[in-house]
Amino acid sequence: MSATEIQSPRSAKAPAAKVGSNRIAPQYRRNGSSKGNFEMLAWLFMRLSGVVLVVLIFGHLFVNLLVGEGIHAIDFGFVAGKWADPFWQIWDLAMLWLAMLHGTNGVRTIINDYAEKDATRLWLKIVLYAATTVIIILGTLVIFTFDPCPVVNGVQLPGGFCPAP
Amino acid sequence: MPTKPAGTLYRGREGMWSWVGHRITGVVIFFFLLVHVLDTSLVRVSPEAYTAVIGAYKNPLMALGETGLVAAIVFHAFNGLRIIAVDFWKKGAKYQRQMLWAVLILWAVVMVGFSIRHLSLALGGH
Repeated sequence: MSATEIQSPRSAKAPAAKVGSNRIAPQYRRNGSSKGNFEMLAWLFMRLSGVVLVVLIFGHLFVNLLVGEGIHAIDFGFVAGKWADPFWQIWDLAMLWLAMLHGTNGVRTIINDYAEKDATRLWLKIVLYAATTVIIILGTLVIFTFDPCPVVNGVQLPGGFCPAP
Repeated sequence: MPTKPAGTLYRGREGMWSWVGHRITGVVIFFFLLVHVLDTSLVRVSPEAYTAVIGAYKNPLMALGETGLVAAIVFHAFNGLRIIAVDFWKKGAKYQRQMLWAVLILWAVVMVGFSIRHLSLALGGH
């Protein structure tokens, strides 16, 4: 840090500064408070997860809706066929976690923007985080405990994807 | 607490309306996602339960709904990439308007392709 030099934050032609050196005057720095870097990390997460989600979701839509018979091909056997392959298990798991966290952070931002009362914000976020937790845990369990050939009381359920005996 | 803001931060034009569109499509996608994880979870209940509920997605009205959902997803995806360009590309802020028009043109092209393929599959003879 060199000598203190106060510049107008909006000056169009600020003297070129080296990256990382006094580009932002100290009073405009937003970290250092009790919240730490959380908001910056959330901002960064939205961009990184966004790029990955474009690939994951476009791939998901292409394979499930546009290939072959499209939506008519989707039934229990279709899901069983996909989740027999660890590739699609990991694909769907990544999509579940990233999309839920991305969406939850987006809705959190919207709650912060529009709910003016502290109590309203608190309750909306409690509901949001509860829903997110349930959906992520449920989805993860479904992907990893999926049984293509469910048997109840020794009887195979109809529609299952059972290997020939 | 002030109920009426002294001024407004809403400035209209491409910048604000793309932001409005991004929020609305984001919320729509989020609520669909909650439902979609729940309906997929039915594979864990029984094959028949899953196939019955997923059958609801195959009627003609739902085909239109799916097309609308995909329209929301594709806009949110392309506009999200534009936001990343605005944030990380040196000239991003300068070209944000042109990039929005590029987003809309690309969106229209993708949606024409998707709609033809999906609607002909979903509504076609079965």
